[in-house]
Amino acid sequence: MITKKIEILKEHGFQTIKKPSSVILPDRFRGRPEIKSGININIADIVCKICPAKAISLNPFSIDLGRCVFCGECERICPSYIRFTNDFKMASVSREALIVKEGDTEIDFCKGNIRPEINDIFKRTLKLRQVSAGGDNSSEMELNASTNVNFDIGRYGIDFVASPRHADGLVITGPITKNMSEALDNCYSCIPEPKVLILAGADAISGSLYGEDNKAVDRYFVKQHHIDLFIPGNPVHPLSFIYGCINTFNINQG
Amino acid sequence: MVWYEHTYPVGVIPFAKVPLLGYQEFVNAVSEKIPQNCHCSNYFGIKNNDGIRFYCFLIDNDNKRILINSWNYGYYDAFVPESLTALFPMFHPFEREISEKYGIEFKNNPYDKPLRFPSDRYDKRSNSGNYPYYSVPGHLFHEVNVGPIHAGIIEPGVFRFVCNGEAIIHMEVVLGFQNRGMETLIRFTDNILKRICLSENIAGDSAVSHATSLCSLHEILGGVYPDPKIDIERTIAREMERIAMHIADASALCADVAYQIGEVSCEAIRTIAVNTFLKWCGNRFGKGLIRTGGTYYPINKEIINIIFGNITEIKKRYSLVGEDIMSEPSVLSRFEDCGIVDYKEVKAIGCVGMAARSSGLNRDIRSSLLFDQYKNHKPVIFTEGDVMARFKVRHYEILQSCDYILEMLSCLEPEGQNLSPVYSMSLQPDSLAFVFNESWRGELCHMAATDERGKLIHYKIKDPSLHNWYALSVCVRGEEISDFPICNKSFNLSYCGHDL
Repeated sequence: MITKKIEILKEHGFQTIKKPSSVILPDRFRGRPEIKSGININIADIVCKICPAKAISLNPFSIDLGRCVFCGECERICPSYIRFTNDFKMASVSREALIVKEGDTEIDFCKGNIRPEINDIFKRTLKLRQVSAGGDNSSEMELNASTNVNFDIGRYGIDFVASPRHADGLVITGPITKNMSEALDNCYSCIPEPKVLILAGADAISGSLYGEDNKAVDRYFVKQHHIDLFIPGNPVHPLSFIYGCINTFNINQG
Repeated sequence: MVWYEHTYPVGVIPFAKVPLLGYQEFVNAVSEKIPQNCHCSNYFGIKNNDGIRFYCFLIDNDNKRILINSWNYGYYDAFVPESLTALFPMFHPFEREISEKYGIEFKNNPYDKPLRFPSDRYDKRSNSGNYPYYSVPGHLFHEVNVGPIHAGIIEPGVFRFVCNGEAIIHMEVVLGFQNRGMETLIRFTDNILKRICLSENIAGDSAVSHATSLCSLHEILGGVYPDPKIDIERTIAREMERIAMHIADASALCADVAYQIGEVSCEAIRTIAVNTFLKWCGNRFGKGLIRTGGTYYPINKEIINIIFGNITEIKKRYSLVGEDIMSEPSVLSRFEDCGIVDYKEVKAIGCVGMAARSSGLNRDIRSSLLFDQYKNHKPVIFTEGDVMARFKVRHYEILQSCDYILEMLSCLEPEGQNLSPVYSMSLQPDSLAFVFNESWRGELCHMAATDERGKLIHYKIKDPSLHNWYALSVCVRGEEISDFPICNKSFNLSYCGHDL
């Protein structure tokens, strides 16, 4: 019995990623897109029409990562102008910064926009409550994965707690369904001040695929409250989540 | 002809060929078939010019075929149909859906309650706040409400327990909080890529299975026949999804009984499986892999080597961990004899997939219908019906899926014809198309109906969770609330797949 366990632990080895910020993901991972200038107007129009999440705008040509579901179709149509890189560093304090324009090589984190009242106070410990409001369970599994042996977000003092009363902030996944809006509101009001609000995934940030005129979705909550951090993805990669939290809350990585 | 018969898991039939019966004839036909080892797979209504026509799909498990028929409820009809749920409890989610959506009441329906509160429901006043909960009168009983928000990072749903002291008398599951109007969204977009992306988000943990179903449905309706190699690739992806999710469940079950070696080693092994998806198609859940008519990520020599290496590694490491978990006394004392649903109950409830197979009921679409890739499939079946049996089914299915993938990879021709996806197709008019698949939770089916111009007039998704939620209610009877988490995880049913 015990020898079997020793064998398992030996095979298991040391799994934790030592430095999450310097991981290089496989080339096929669809992360932050880059756009070369000079895209043909007709092709841009085709790309704009096929985009399932309406993430692409013309004049000037840009991709809104707050809507993008990372299907990669635009890259297939004009590979010489649009490329999804394997960069997972996608997160920002500002919603506007998620719109990738021609020539952009990084997403501006907009550190200056962090609210002064939350600056520095969560840098040693941050307890979060997650609410899924129409999330498809992949975002939820990725948030769970960020606490697992591989990503180990706990080393930074970040943790997910059961009660909103114990939490410093709320992470929302999913487009916020009408049937969940009341429970979400209750949960948020139970969190003591000062509290932070994080939107994880394109569906949480903008409703994305689920659209604005969908009666089953109610975006009122997001319009009412100040959002402290936007993390794009479908679903959010655990490394993007860690990157976003560390930078917003000035967490010591030492 | 009372039933239209079909043997393959994918099919398209003109509306005119579906037998149309009177309601009493329909009830008689169903009552004759259900005792002959058939189960209801889908039963839903489509509005037409004369009213609403209800289509019923049964799976005949002994004779390996799909049975289809229908009945019509005219706009001016006033009769109250007799409830089928009263005869066969497996019909309850379907009759509840029909009542909720169209306002048709069924006479003597013992479980006449809302199902998922969609935005287009008939009675707009009905909501989760005024749900008619089951309650037991008497001062000996108390009720415990859990949800809609739960303690962990999981989806929302309400569990209302009625307890006598510590023992649970009954637990009622109320869902619908995740309703995003998925069927309506798919129906009202003409962008096939958007439909695929939506299907990948029906239940993110079954992204491959749902996307495969939607794509095969469009392929058969649009007359697009992809390379046979695509079918093998999709099967490999689906089996990999099964491996990844079953291992994740094994990890979660160990976490709930505080067996840390099992928990962390399963987490690490699951990471290998999802990262194989990441290397294959750039997403850890296989989103972006399945497309209509072709794929952007054909399996080449390099991918074969990656999958082969990783699956061999998973098989070697998981078999060791799984054996260890199943021989750990502290785990066994929690898993064994906990949350039992017996054979008769799962059969009456109409359970499908691994939940049914853990109670000795053979419900596996891979063997119930004819698939090219599963010619010699032997379903993994255990008879105890407890948490342990559900763990064991997972354990042996992981190893079985590893073998299937290794076998399929060895006979895959890497230099085959690689077709690009097709997004423009004209769908066959006036038809009803259906696709059945065995996802890791169980039987999953998608159905689509087209009008005379080939436009979608109805899209129907059925996730296996729809059948299985009631089994969770039954299995916790007599247990303590403290055992509820492992009972729940042992099923791991989908909230968003149920709510759509």
